[in-house]
Amino acid sequence: MADLATTGPTSQAAPARLDPYSLRKDFPILATSNRFGKPLVYLDSAATSLKPLAVIEAVDGYNREYSSNIHRGIYEIAERATEAYEATRVKVARLINAPEPAEIVFVRNATEAINLVAYSWGRRNIGRGDTIVLTEMEHHANLVPWQLVVQEMDGDLEFVPITDDGILRLEVYEVLLHLRPKLVAFTQVSNMLGTINPVREMVEMAHAAGALVLIDGAQAVPHVPVDVQELGADFYVFSGHKMLGPTGSGALWARRELLEAMPPFMAGGDMIREVHLRRSEWNEIPYKFEAGTPDIAAQIGMGAAADYLMGLGMEAVRAHEQELARYALEVLPREVPGIELYGPAAELRGGVVSFNLPGIHPHDVAQILDRSGICVRAGHHCTMPLHERFDLAATARASFNVYTVPEEIDALAVGLREVARIFDR
Amino acid sequence: MDDLYRDYILEHYRHPHNFGVLEAPTASYEGSNPLCGDRITMMLRVEDGVVREVAFTGRGCAISQASASLLTDEIKGKTVEEVEAMTPDDVLELIGIEISPARLKCALLSLDTVAHALADEAAEKAESGGSVSASASGAGQG
Repeated sequence: MADLATTGPTSQAAPARLDPYSLRKDFPILATSNRFGKPLVYLDSAATSLKPLAVIEAVDGYNREYSSNIHRGIYEIAERATEAYEATRVKVARLINAPEPAEIVFVRNATEAINLVAYSWGRRNIGRGDTIVLTEMEHHANLVPWQLVVQEMDGDLEFVPITDDGILRLEVYEVLLHLRPKLVAFTQVSNMLGTINPVREMVEMAHAAGALVLIDGAQAVPHVPVDVQELGADFYVFSGHKMLGPTGSGALWARRELLEAMPPFMAGGDMIREVHLRRSEWNEIPYKFEAGTPDIAAQIGMGAAADYLMGLGMEAVRAHEQELARYALEVLPREVPGIELYGPAAELRGGVVSFNLPGIHPHDVAQILDRSGICVRAGHHCTMPLHERFDLAATARASFNVYTVPEEIDALAVGLREVARIFDR
Repeated sequence: MDDLYRDYILEHYRHPHNFGVLEAPTASYEGSNPLCGDRITMMLRVEDGVVREVAFTGRGCAISQASASLLTDEIKGKTVEEVEAMTPDDVLELIGIEISPARLKCALLSLDTVAHALADEAAEKAESGGSVSASASGAGQG
């Protein structure tokens, strides 16, 4: 495994494909090893991604060369900071094909973005008896904020169920839309099952029923081409740290007229145009939603991450990760007797594979894998209702990214056989 | 080389001691560790301030199950005061392996659940007042 960065199949060279072996050099952490001297096999990218040098240097550059506040200072480094911060807005808008950068609101992560919409839009537009339609596969971040809204406003939640293969049951969705929901909110890619949902079709159906649509893109933006205009979304949220950017960065995109009609979420500096002792006037979008000094370095890093991804090409990223999913779904059942896999076929799946070894708790699985330098997630992955749906206490999850190579899936298979051996002895 | 998964830990996991349901327990509590899905129900029969019988059911990782197996062996025959005085360090010593910070909750779920069961029992007794406490005193003081 030590020579992962230099070896690789020669057939990898077709154009518009990415070469994970060469781009691994961009990720310094992949050259590290654990306390037993084992090289890092990072299979937890759905929790957070690794960061390439371009991102690390962008953050470092801000801190070393032009660390200063934005939108205020009348001096060189402050102007540079503002410029870099606003350039990120342009890059992020381009990554998801937003009509204009002003519709990109910077937040800490997708969770904060959903909370922003829930507080600002939700508490204004959801009233007594109003329905919000979610799905059974939502991350807690796209569930709990809506629970709070309907509890407070006396509304209702409805849930699109899933099949045993982890696919949304659109025929039930259609029936739920007869309730004339005010909002439909769902994830584009499931963080546990890996399911890629038919977002465009679901948006069309929701709009035909008069609902607005929020899409949780936390697991989509890093992995598949996203075009918010083509999808027809009303709100789209994602995190920077899952798309090769720093923790503390993220974005909400929403259509201009929605953002303009929404009241501020947090109040303070930078979000106001005029402040008097007893009243204030809000700033224009997106600044109306960006009170206080943000994580400037992190957002600048997110801009570098957007550049990096666009440099690779999102079609190539998707092709690479679909291949990894297909490889994992083929290798793991063959090499690891008894392994249980959850979720759909590779065609409908992002680079996520959740699994269990019979009779062995996923925490024990993850702990033993850790000795071999293999990082997987164990638990409910912030999707407790989804685990209840499958009557599972917990699962282990391997998730991939641009730097993941098939040899790491092989290493996982070997590690899982070792886990089984320890528990069988 | 594998400190955490020594044979005796796996043995306790595969064949836990005191696993099962206790008829008519004087104290019981279901503890859980939602983060990992560990779930343990502790059932105790306390008489004259002494833990006469203890059993547990539940599912979870090897660490949480082995810990419950070892702990239930340990507290059987001890007075309630002695059990209540047990610290996390006592349990870790009992398990005898190095537990990483991320797994502490697994290792300590059993003690936490026993403590809750005993606290609930004490609270119930206090609530039911003087007249009952006289008649209940035979069933479990402490």
